[in-house]
Amino acid sequence: MMYYSRLRLLGVAGICLIGVLLCLPNFLRSPAPSLPWRQIHLGLDLRGGSYLLLQLDLKSLEHDRLQSLQDQARQTLLDRSLGYRDFVRDDATASLSFMPRSDAERDAALKAMQSLPPVVPNEFTTSEKDGRIVLTLQHEAMLARAREAVAQSIEIVRRRIDATGAIDPSIAREGDDRIVVELPGVSDPERIKSLLGTTARLTFRLLAPNPSVASPGSTMLEDESVHTQVAVQDHVDVDGTDLTNAGAVIDQQSGGWAVTFQLNSAGATAFANVTRANVGKRFAIVLDNKVIEAPNIINPITAGNGQITGGFDARSASDLALLLRAGALPAPLSVVEQRTIGPSLGAASIHAGVISLLTGLLLVIVFMVLFYGRFGLYADIALFANLILMVAILSLFQATLTLPGMAGMLLTLGMAVDANILINERIREEVKRGRGPLQALQAGFDRATGTIIDSNATAFLAHVMLFVFGTGPVRNFALTITIGIVTTLFTTLLLSRLLVVRWYALARPKELPV
Amino acid sequence: MLSRPLFRFVRDDRRINFMRGRHMGLIVSAVLSIASVILFFQPGLKLGLDFRGGIIVEAQTPGPADFGKLRAALDHAGIHPDAVQAFGSPRDVRISINAPEGADREVQTQKLVDGVKSAISAAEPGTQVLRADAVGASVSSELFRDGLLALGFSLAMILIYIWVRFEREFAISAVVTLILDLTKTVGFLAITRFEFDLVMVAALLTILGYSTNDKVVVYDRIRENLRKYRTMPLRELLDLSINETLNRTLGTSMTVFLAALPLALFGGSTLTGFATVMLFGIVVGTSSSIFIAAPLLLLMGEKRLRKEVVAD
Repeated sequence: MMYYSRLRLLGVAGICLIGVLLCLPNFLRSPAPSLPWRQIHLGLDLRGGSYLLLQLDLKSLEHDRLQSLQDQARQTLLDRSLGYRDFVRDDATASLSFMPRSDAERDAALKAMQSLPPVVPNEFTTSEKDGRIVLTLQHEAMLARAREAVAQSIEIVRRRIDATGAIDPSIAREGDDRIVVELPGVSDPERIKSLLGTTARLTFRLLAPNPSVASPGSTMLEDESVHTQVAVQDHVDVDGTDLTNAGAVIDQQSGGWAVTFQLNSAGATAFANVTRANVGKRFAIVLDNKVIEAPNIINPITAGNGQITGGFDARSASDLALLLRAGALPAPLSVVEQRTIGPSLGAASIHAGVISLLTGLLLVIVFMVLFYGRFGLYADIALFANLILMVAILSLFQATLTLPGMAGMLLTLGMAVDANILINERIREEVKRGRGPLQALQAGFDRATGTIIDSNATAFLAHVMLFVFGTGPVRNFALTITIGIVTTLFTTLLLSRLLVVRWYALARPKELPV
Repeated sequence: MLSRPLFRFVRDDRRINFMRGRHMGLIVSAVLSIASVILFFQPGLKLGLDFRGGIIVEAQTPGPADFGKLRAALDHAGIHPDAVQAFGSPRDVRISINAPEGADREVQTQKLVDGVKSAISAAEPGTQVLRADAVGASVSSELFRDGLLALGFSLAMILIYIWVRFEREFAISAVVTLILDLTKTVGFLAITRFEFDLVMVAALLTILGYSTNDKVVVYDRIRENLRKYRTMPLRELLDLSINETLNRTLGTSMTVFLAALPLALFGGSTLTGFATVMLFGIVVGTSSSIFIAAPLLLLMGEKRLRKEVVAD
């Protein structure tokens, strides 16, 4: 063990060199674009920016599905000439139920319901209760739908945010029904919050024959242009999914802002058919269950384009156009957590972090030399290598560094010299017991190694747990400490030992500096 | 200068009779821990935004902050903050509001933060928002649960580790010592009124890990000496082991202390509390390694320790 093979020497030196190289991208500009130039990302707390946690509205997803399931069920019953009455939709229990026309038709109706195609496996159950036929949505299946909806939403959220010109946003799923959005440099997230808080489901539907009262198959909705309630048919004639483009323009007639849209061929055909058959009737443009306007159909519209004028200003017209282009969210998203750090606070935090890190490092370095002499100096060299390797690994993974992460690095450095202290104290004891330098070194390293691995194993386990169960700042703290433990084992068990061994081989001292 | 260390904490041949003060040490420790548990219930911990939910907006006004004007502006906007206070410089204002009640409280929480921001920038044009956090009630309760889970699982891992690595007497003494350490730190949190949030959970865990590490080293030496000096009375042997590891115990504590000290001094509002609690934990952990962990072993009984060690 007192002999280091050339291979091992090269290995240790090589790892340190790679570490230095991996650190470089953080301080230098990339000389060539083809180089893998991996850097540490600064967290929002250091960089300034906004963090938003969005929650998908599972209830609304259930509600929508119940509604479409009800439509399908009615249609199926109609197709099979089965009668029903008292068709009830209950959002609280996520179920539908109806009474078959007669006992004779009950089995047929149940069969018809069982034949309805589920969107995801085991989506709903069909049963009979008190003579009624009951369809109940299953929670597990709805969670699966939510996961799907979150995946779709992430795409749409990304498109919406990209359209605002935010730089380097990060959008990721969290859990079953949440999305984390990180917006570096955005210190006023209000516009993005309102863009993300809009579902932007655009539908074109006819008004009910009598628009002032709700009748079966229609719902009272707020008409924003005149601030009254109107009854709009539930049946959707044209859907926003058929939109191919939208833009904000100034309306030639009124001089106000308007939003133009273009439909694809399927949408254009549907639009043409409805407008042709319903000339003179009112056609409502509905956005997220609010009527933007409900103009009279004067002529059939066959070209598949149109214009929405709903009292827009420049901002709201361009936002609506943006939302329509990006597509509708499958379910509403709401912000449940928001954290914004202003740029000046971020800069102050970097400053505080770096000052603390350097001061702490300096204090530990001075302490080690004063209390452990030459071997303390070697420990300091290893400490420096430790810092470089930590930065290197974080860069390699392009990890994020936050203020708590910096604290983790600093504490790692404080703990790292523990191994050197253990070894040194051991060597010193062996010398006091009258062993020669070589035997003392050997015994010191050998006996201390077990203790070092044991004590680091505890810390490693504790911080892995912290990483797995922790959230946000805690995860970053745990991550840097976990990485730090690995680099500590390398720098103390291999590097500082190597330095001591090389020194001994060259100097051949009669006495050890312990 | 490099040929010899310039300083030592204690001379190598120094034999301090720690065991003589063991009763005193245990009594003092127990009293402090009991007091801490009482403090935990009354007045209790001050929960941070992470765990209680609500809003904090920190802003910097162009001139010295006019609190009356800001309060009036907020009042006018129909916002009733729980606190409008100064922090840092006279230009810095912190406005905090507890999580609203009611069915749509999540939406209300998020609306409030925008309301606060626009109200203060209207009242004091040129105001810079340093930080604006809004945590909904459902999120905060989840964060609290996750924080406790992380703490619990880490503690469990440490316990399993010591159990596997040492004999039962050692494990039990270590666990008791760690619990005494942890309670005192919680008591310190209750007295200093530092906010208990996610970062603080990380501080508690780091203290726990560090303290365990310290105890492992002392116990390691005790076990080694039990094998080496088969006839030495346990009391003497424990004293010897503590003394032998004393320079290491103090040295490592010192380096961790030195590393955490700048964080407490210059770490800014996020880290000052974290680092101060760390410093307290280091002092408590070090003293319990010397005065509590080994004396507890003596209480466990010499016979049991000897029997198990000699047998293997």
